[in-house]
Amino acid sequence: MSTPAIGVVSCSGECCVEGTISRIATRFVLEKLRPENTVTICLPLFSIGEEGERTFAKDFPTIAVEGCEKRCAGNVIEKFSGKTARSLVVSNLLKKWGVNGTGSRRELNDEGKKAALKVAEEIVAAMDDILQEVDDRT
Amino acid sequence: MSDPFLIIPCSGIGKPFGTISREATYCVVEDLKKGETDTICLSLLVMGDEDAKLRVRSHRCIAIDGCPNECAKRNLELSEAKLVANFRAVDILRKNRNLKPKNVTFLDEDGRKLARILAKKIALKADELNHKGVVS
Repeated sequence: MSTPAIGVVSCSGECCVEGTISRIATRFVLEKLRPENTVTICLPLFSIGEEGERTFAKDFPTIAVEGCEKRCAGNVIEKFSGKTARSLVVSNLLKKWGVNGTGSRRELNDEGKKAALKVAEEIVAAMDDILQEVDDRT
Repeated sequence: MSDPFLIIPCSGIGKPFGTISREATYCVVEDLKKGETDTICLSLLVMGDEDAKLRVRSHRCIAIDGCPNECAKRNLELSEAKLVANFRAVDILRKNRNLKPKNVTFLDEDGRKLARILAKKIALKADELNHKGVVS
């Protein structure tokens, strides 16, 4: 049986380095860590009426990867599709890990890339958690 | 000095176009037109953040989209922004077929070249729009 798809929706966060870390962490999950069952969705497609994105997020579990406490990704998914299964806030994770000096919003330095990989591992842990819940229910 | 422009890129992460549109935006905001331009997170507009809506209604905005979905432009229109111009990375690619960007996460050299071409076009447009506004 194939592994169920999980949507990973990153905030766009063009204004801050945490947004860049969110996007790069999401790409790491898609490219390296869980390519077989990760689906990424562009957040702005939700509001312009793209039914494919809205329907996917209604039918499959989604993880919101937020740059900051404004939680744009989760708020948008919940407005157009329904509750998110999990939510990660990069600024909180960096604080918890004591990570500083990750580079700029334009270009992460080595510390920033390491932090993005750690965030990606957190996303994978959340995916595994969701899959376990699905397993327990069936 | 003229009122600063807001340059708003798409947030696509599935193809190189989104990354090119962001790099072009940073190139304008941080290098070519530093102090004359700024950017805001598109996701704030998508969420309907009131402060973000006020900003795009009170500043001239330039949308930088990656693909033909034109999420940045369409979300600016939905927010009733003062949209004065828009560009698409995919159009820049069509005119520069020798450049073949492949990487999405971290742009390769061809992706960076396309971003620089796009950034110069945005900067020129900002100059042109400012010039139009000057009464001689």
